Amino acid sequence: MSMHFDRVSVTKGTREILSEITLELTESRIGVIGNNGSGKSTFLRLFNGLEKPTSGMVRFSDTEDDLRRHVGFMFQNPDNQIVYPLVEEDLAFGLKSRKLPKAEVAARIERVLSDLSLTHLKGRLTHQLSGGEKQMVALAGVLVTEPEMIVFDEPTTLLDLRNKMQFMRVLATLPQPAVVVSHDLDLLAGFDRVLHIAEGGIYADGPPEEVIPAYRKLCEDLGGC
Amino acid sequence: MLTDLYIPGDSLLHRARPAWKLAILFLYCTALFVVTHPVVLTLGLLLVALGYGAAGLSPRDAFTAIRPALFVLVIIFAAQLWLAGLSMAVYVTLRLMALLLAAALVTYTTRASEFTEGIMALLSRAPAWVPKDKIALAMSLVWRFIPLIRAQFDEVREAQRARGLERNMLALLVPLVVRTLKTADEVAEAITARSLD
Ligand SMILES: Nc1ncnc2c1ncn2[C@@H]1O[C@H](COP(=O)(O)OP(=O)(O)OP(=O)(O)O)[C@@H](O)[C@H]1O
Ligand SMILES: [Mg+2]
Repeated sequence: MSMHFDRVSVTKGTREILSEITLELTESRIGVIGNNGSGKSTFLRLFNGLEKPTSGMVRFSDTEDDLRRHVGFMFQNPDNQIVYPLVEEDLAFGLKSRKLPKAEVAARIERVLSDLSLTHLKGRLTHQLSGGEKQMVALAGVLVTEPEMIVFDEPTTLLDLRNKMQFMRVLATLPQPAVVVSHDLDLLAGFDRVLHIAEGGIYADGPPEEVIPAYRKLCEDLGGC
Repeated sequence: MLTDLYIPGDSLLHRARPAWKLAILFLYCTALFVVTHPVVLTLGLLLVALGYGAAGLSPRDAFTAIRPALFVLVIIFAAQLWLAGLSMAVYVTLRLMALLLAAALVTYTTRASEFTEGIMALLSRAPAWVPKDKIALAMSLVWRFIPLIRAQFDEVREAQRARGLERNMLALLVPLVVRTLKTADEVAEAITARSLD
């Protein structure tokens, strides 16, 4: 399973946000770092077709299918990806268009909630949950659809230490490849590969032990990140 | 009615079929309007109170249901008082309250997905060009986002109060409208990402 970027550029208005990115991503855990506004979210949105490249091409494995069929997306703000008033109903939403039998839907929801230790939230109203609880429910909403690859846009910003650990445990056990954008550099420590996005391109690309300290140094010593 | 459209529970009313609840609500409202008699109104109010009790809802939930309409109720009361006298004003206001409470009782005890399923069932005979799924989704979005927008309003008001701007309509409305539009954009995107069609 892999993701191919072939000379991908994204332009918004007159500004070129990403320019001529060529990548082949085959690793199972990939981190993305970079300053605010550097284009990380834009890069991530290309993965499941929410953003169309202005030029170039994004492909999942060797298929020509719609990317959305393969890639699950977890957004920065959980408030806006939870669609239904009840947790249970919301988790069922992502499965609606898949025409699964009712029993299968219920079983999958049970399984995901128990994997995430969220069973107690099942009958709760989504708008009354705390920020971190919403983020966990949003994660459950992605996992329940069992995508072949998952991309996360700053998934731990609202989580307390316990839920962050829980998230990291879940991430470690996910069978599918994951791409994670995060300002929390510790989260990416055990990853296979880290991309540093700057100046519209891949500024650095390598294992976390190299890319993360270099990024830190750039910011701390030179103030030039 | 605006803060919580549904309050989870396991009462008989929660478990009753939405179609039945809507039918009874319809009959209830019609009866109260057609038969103008204090006895009927008293019975109606009693019935609604019983309903709240049976559903395990508190008087506070009942108050929450009419709070958004309090302003209108006061105006109606004043107008009736001026036009038709005290007893008529009391009667009309109480009747309107009974209707609001009964309608809220139905939404309090019915899940959004049950409503949407009910609507889908009603639409099942509609011609193919009617976008049934989209109508159902729009309905559930209303359920979900009324509380969200209300929470955003409270947040904006608090923030502006901290800056001493709570009496400035523009300072309240501009951030609220901007946030609502941005929310709408992001929600539309999330729906695209989460569903396949
Ligand atoms: N619709 C748009 N029109 C114009 N500019 C846009 C649009 N969307 C994003 N941008 C710009 O593109 C740049 C990259 O945005 P993006 O959201 O990808 O950054 P990011 O790296 O995710 O930042 P953050 O760390 O703050 O989340 C920003 O400068 C932003 O202002
Ligand atoms: Mg971002």
